[in-house]
Amino acid sequence: MGLLVSIVVVLGIITFAQLIKVFEVTKSLKGGDDHIVTDKENRNQATLMFGYLFVFFAFCIWTYVKYGQFMLPEAASVHGEKIDTLLGFNFLIIILAFIITHILLFYFAFKYQRRVGGKADFITHNNKLELVWTTFPAIVLAVIIIYGISTWNEITRSEPENALTVELYAKQFDWTARFPGEDGKLGEANYRLISGTNPMGLITDNSLEEKLAELNEKKAELDAKLLDAVPDGKIAEDTQEEIWRVENHINKLIAFQKEADNRGAGYISGFDDKPVKVEFHLPVDEPIKFQIRAQDVIHSAYMPHFRAQMNAVPGMVTSFYFTPNKTTEEMRLITKNPEFDYLLYCNKICGAAHYNMQMKIVVESREKYEAWLDQQPVFYAEGLERLLEEELNKKQEVLASKK
Amino acid sequence: MEAQVTEKEILTTQHEEHHHHDEPFLTKYLFSQDHKMIGKQFLITGTFMAFVGMIMSLLFRVQLAWPGEGFAVLNFFLGDKWAPEGVLDPNMYLALVTIHGTIMVFFLLTAGLSGTFANLLIPLQIGARDMASGLLNMLSYWFFFVSSAIMLFSLYVESGPAAAGWTVYPPLSALPQAVPGSGLGMTLWLVSMSLFIVSSLLGGLNYIVTIINLRTKGMKMTRLPLSIWALFVTAILGVLSFPVLFAAALLLIFDRTFGTSFYLSDIYIAGEALDATGGSPLLFQHLFWFLGHPEVYIILLPALGITSEVIATNSRKPIFGYRAMVGSILAIGFLSFIVWGHHMFITGMNPFVGAVFTFTTLLIAIPSAVKAFNYITTLWKGNIRFTPAMMFAIAMVSTFITGGLTGIILADAALDINLHDTYFVVAHFHIVMGLSAVLAMFAGVYHWFPKLFGTLLNKRLGYIHFWLTFLSAYGVFFPQHFQGLAGVPRRYYSYTEYPMFADFADLSVFITIAAIIGGIAQVIFAYNFIYSAFRGQKSPQNPWGSNTLEWTTPIEHIHGNWPGELPTVHRWAYDYSKPGKDQDFVPQTVPLEEGEIDGESGH
Repeated sequence: MGLLVSIVVVLGIITFAQLIKVFEVTKSLKGGDDHIVTDKENRNQATLMFGYLFVFFAFCIWTYVKYGQFMLPEAASVHGEKIDTLLGFNFLIIILAFIITHILLFYFAFKYQRRVGGKADFITHNNKLELVWTTFPAIVLAVIIIYGISTWNEITRSEPENALTVELYAKQFDWTARFPGEDGKLGEANYRLISGTNPMGLITDNSLEEKLAELNEKKAELDAKLLDAVPDGKIAEDTQEEIWRVENHINKLIAFQKEADNRGAGYISGFDDKPVKVEFHLPVDEPIKFQIRAQDVIHSAYMPHFRAQMNAVPGMVTSFYFTPNKTTEEMRLITKNPEFDYLLYCNKICGAAHYNMQMKIVVESREKYEAWLDQQPVFYAEGLERLLEEELNKKQEVLASKK
Repeated sequence: MEAQVTEKEILTTQHEEHHHHDEPFLTKYLFSQDHKMIGKQFLITGTFMAFVGMIMSLLFRVQLAWPGEGFAVLNFFLGDKWAPEGVLDPNMYLALVTIHGTIMVFFLLTAGLSGTFANLLIPLQIGARDMASGLLNMLSYWFFFVSSAIMLFSLYVESGPAAAGWTVYPPLSALPQAVPGSGLGMTLWLVSMSLFIVSSLLGGLNYIVTIINLRTKGMKMTRLPLSIWALFVTAILGVLSFPVLFAAALLLIFDRTFGTSFYLSDIYIAGEALDATGGSPLLFQHLFWFLGHPEVYIILLPALGITSEVIATNSRKPIFGYRAMVGSILAIGFLSFIVWGHHMFITGMNPFVGAVFTFTTLLIAIPSAVKAFNYITTLWKGNIRFTPAMMFAIAMVSTFITGGLTGIILADAALDINLHDTYFVVAHFHIVMGLSAVLAMFAGVYHWFPKLFGTLLNKRLGYIHFWLTFLSAYGVFFPQHFQGLAGVPRRYYSYTEYPMFADFADLSVFITIAAIIGGIAQVIFAYNFIYSAFRGQKSPQNPWGSNTLEWTTPIEHIHGNWPGELPTVHRWAYDYSKPGKDQDFVPQTVPLEEGEIDGESGH
């Protein structure tokens, strides 16, 4: 390939050098009237212009035949099918407009090329014609607008209540999908709780305490470091600044803990959530609501086969809901590609490895999905056990008091 | 009115006294306040920047066609740090994409295009001695120059130039931890763009004031050539929208430097939870696109204005539907302010807002369609002369239509869900905005070269340049529609990690080779440009048989443009092939005959 480029470049340079030579020679021969286009030149260029129309159309058809087949296969979601129909409708209109306007443009250029002794018609405007070509596009666009907006409204209306909620969590440079546990609810999260053992910052009383312990430990270390450091030196200054940062972090967490306690213990539902990486499964024909979050910069959750995309924005929870209606197996038959897989990938520039931030999606029957989900470890197994134990104890107490 | 006339007379006498002096080099070529010289300065600086931007695009196209292969040329340009053993570094890939976009959108197609043609054409076509303020005009250029220099300098900082995409969305652009380009490189990007905005505002205000106040006798607004109408509305758009970009940039500077959190919230990066809370990355996007969308028309309107002039002149026929053309320029200008949200359909914005923006965006198709139809009808029953300028103008109409039509798809929020940030978008905006504006700029340079340098560009090289450019232009961008429809995202360093994109491997090679051919074509143009500026054939006063005022000035540049009194305008600019005239053009300075009707109703 490198060779090919070198050849192209070398050929380019040779062509260029030759052109310059020809140019210099013809210039000295003819003297060249650069503002006068001779009849012959005019004819030639007009013919070339017309020829371009055919070359261009042929090129469009060639690229369509050769690469059109690689366009996305039919949509694998309920709303996606509506999008495809809308896309087809719009394409029909614009391809028609494209062909007609291009034929007129290049044909007129050719047909009305300068004629010897000819003169243009003095036509300045035509109210009737202009009214027609303002109203006609307006009517067509009205249809496109109404059709488009109604499809958009259908797609973006809120999900049904029984929808399965799955979280897509983006960070540089991978995705995590989080499935709710037995309680069917996703636990809440706070970015200040993110740590090595809690990469999504899930809130449980345990993770709060762990993070506070980690920070206090860090503060103690820094305090020690400050004592050792030369007073007023650069190290001391930097350490002091870091201590303030850690203290600030601790205070914010304590404030959050108080607020969460006041709200009640709802936040502990994150115990049994199931975060998965690399690949996740979805049940077919069931509405799925994706709640989308980001840890560091903006990412975008793009699942083109389902015609689904939504940005993941730090500090915001965004969502997108759809119903997949074709299993991976079905899609493999449709695409005649036994290795076909649904993909989730990042579609908003997010840094060096933006180009390789993907997850595989498997759509399958409810039974298979449940079997898969059962195998996934819960986020905080110990916490779950403790929770179950507490509940058991409570029940026993209740039973005991009844006795 | 009295006062104005006397002022003009004073100016006239002053100029007559002055223009025989030989000016020193410094004030003649460098710190010139003459609009013609400033136009040339903008053109040459903009073109130089364009070559930088073009070489960058070729460098990353090489990586896209042959991912991971070593090329001596990459190592030559980028060195061992960014292209070790000739393999492009992913961070540098993003930086190249970013700076390519920034340079092309702002430095070439905003400053290079508007700066050149507004400066050259406004005083000459409205019959003014110069811009309203020569000093502001000079400052406008020098702010642009410094801004360009800083942007180029940012290529050499150790952590690399800005790499968050030309839209520089925070948090990516705000956090050096996220991408190395967001360090010093991004700071320089922001400084450069701030100066650029100053330049743009100084220029824009000057253009507006000049067009409103300094039109010569008889030059009613309704007699202005469409090029001036377009530049007028462009300047208004710039003055209203660039300050918003400045605000966006300023807040970003605060977030980066002073620890504010306008755009930042709840971020954990590089092992640390940042303290910023409560900001919104979407705020930046709203501010950015409030400029960003009018910006598209800041680029496109001058291109359409130039095309109108070139097509009418070379069809030897009045532009069809002058009033409709002015109306659509105004309509496009107005609508461009209420469509920015179509860049944000899938950012988490309320879906209802998405529906509103779909509606307003699709409305722009109506005035755009009117313009396209009017160009085509101007050709109809014309007497077309195929100068290189005319051919570029026809090509521009073609790309304007092709790219505009795919805009109808992307404006539809429901369809944008799946096409957003894919190659379909890349194809769309490169064709409708990039190609159209570049082709129109070429048309303008070929057409008005005599007014810039007093000489003509070589015609034959012009034809070769045109054909190579036009063929490679669609060759590069048309196939990208199919990549977009296959869900191939833009700004990917490499597509080898996805089996489903392997089908396009040979297409990437095809596109890169087409781009290289396009690049070679521009070298031919550069040669023609430099050669002709110095040794080109001297142009007659009115080489194209044009009606507009600039062709009544002497071909040698003089201060004050017209040696004697300012010309008086008696008719609109489009009396081509008017029945009952000896020639197929009637300059605007020719008085109306008895009973002759002026303007659109003059047949």
